[in-house]
Amino acid sequence: MHQEGLSAKNLRVFYGEKEAIKGVSLDFAPREVTALIGPSGCGKSTFLRSLNRMNDTIDGVRTTGEIWMDGENINDPGVDVVLLRQKIGMVWQRPNPFHKSIYENIAFGPRYHGVRNKKELDAIVEDCLRKAALWDETKDRLHQSALALSGGQQQRLCIARSIAVKPKVILMDEPASALDPVSTAKVEELISELKQEYSIVIVTHNMHQAARVSDKTAFFYMGKVVEYDVTDKIFTNPSEKATDDYISGRFG
Amino acid sequence: MVIKRKELDDGLVLLKEKLIEMGSRVEQSLSDAMQALQDVDADRARAIIAEDKKLNQLEESIDELGARMIATQQPVAKDLRRILIAFKMAGDLERMGDLSVDIAKVVVRLEGQKLIKPLIDLPRMAEIAGQMIHESIDSYVHENVNLACKMAQDDDQVDALFSEVIRDLFELMIENPSTITQAGLISFVGRYIERIADHATNIGESVVYLVTGKRPELNM
Repeated sequence: MHQEGLSAKNLRVFYGEKEAIKGVSLDFAPREVTALIGPSGCGKSTFLRSLNRMNDTIDGVRTTGEIWMDGENINDPGVDVVLLRQKIGMVWQRPNPFHKSIYENIAFGPRYHGVRNKKELDAIVEDCLRKAALWDETKDRLHQSALALSGGQQQRLCIARSIAVKPKVILMDEPASALDPVSTAKVEELISELKQEYSIVIVTHNMHQAARVSDKTAFFYMGKVVEYDVTDKIFTNPSEKATDDYISGRFG
Repeated sequence: MVIKRKELDDGLVLLKEKLIEMGSRVEQSLSDAMQALQDVDADRARAIIAEDKKLNQLEESIDELGARMIATQQPVAKDLRRILIAFKMAGDLERMGDLSVDIAKVVVRLEGQKLIKPLIDLPRMAEIAGQMIHESIDSYVHENVNLACKMAQDDDQVDALFSEVIRDLFELMIENPSTITQAGLISFVGRYIERIADHATNIGESVVYLVTGKRPELNM
């Protein structure tokens, strides 16, 4: 009964007594980029983190409502969160490569999920680095520390790492806000490449980035979705005045 | 929290002021051209032709300001629509100015002649067209969609009067072939006024787009 892809139904998230997400329902289509925008504290990052149960790691957080992924409610207590996070990966604001080699950063996930064959791992590493447009820059130094890479390269490595375990959805929390314009452009280009295969949900404070990279945009305010529509519509003729004011930089 | 975007807002106000100035210049230019025609006053007509330069400059300055704002302020949604319609309105107003100049040029051609007939329907057309210019700018200033849509009805009136003007002139030319040259020129004036009304209707469409984000078709 539930469609392909990811879908939140009446999701509520509480930090102690405080309700941070107040009943949000959103459907994310496969092979589309959805941007979550809104002023600080509007709940967009909390919502993003709830999509692969990252909020479980925070004390005092309680979640109600459903999140459906391929016919399974990921909020069911029986769900294996490790498997869940393999299906729904995450890229953070600050690049956070492991203190290991470039190769090991990518190979870590597949190995954890049971890939032992060296040739197979080599192929995965190359494939992921190519998809992240990082292969040419790193093929001669795969066994050097990932920390020697530039910030932009590290972030693309983290994206490569997230796709190594063959996810269906990639969540990105301001993936380019710590990067310079050229690295930002590369990450944005990568996002449009990756959407051929994955659904991407991206939180961004940069309105123009949202306009550039996403197919759909959801505007969050005070824990609710004010407007959710095709990005072109949101940025040329939003239905809600609050959306217009926010994206015009007049309120936030 | 409400945030001021002074640079962007100041630019938008300036665009609006420039468009209002273009509107009042065009209105004046049309009314002067019609007066010059009635009086066959070629000197006044030449002055109208010279004045048109200012409208062209205003159009250019609107283009430059709008382009600069897009490049530096990254406007979206209604702010963006405001700038997009400013380009379009400036183009429409500039064309209306050119059409008034075309009327003035007819007056220059008629210098020293007496009119073959008293003008009745033509000034009536110009009066409605002038009012349309005024009201289209008014509808822009007050973002009044109803007034903007009224352009369509006014335009129909202008079109109907234009048909009458042409029919009368044809009759005159058949009765008295010596009037053909002047009647031809006067029928052009009718055509120019009719075009001005179309451009005013375009402005009405721009205003509807600004307010609703939808593109209506008022020029039917």
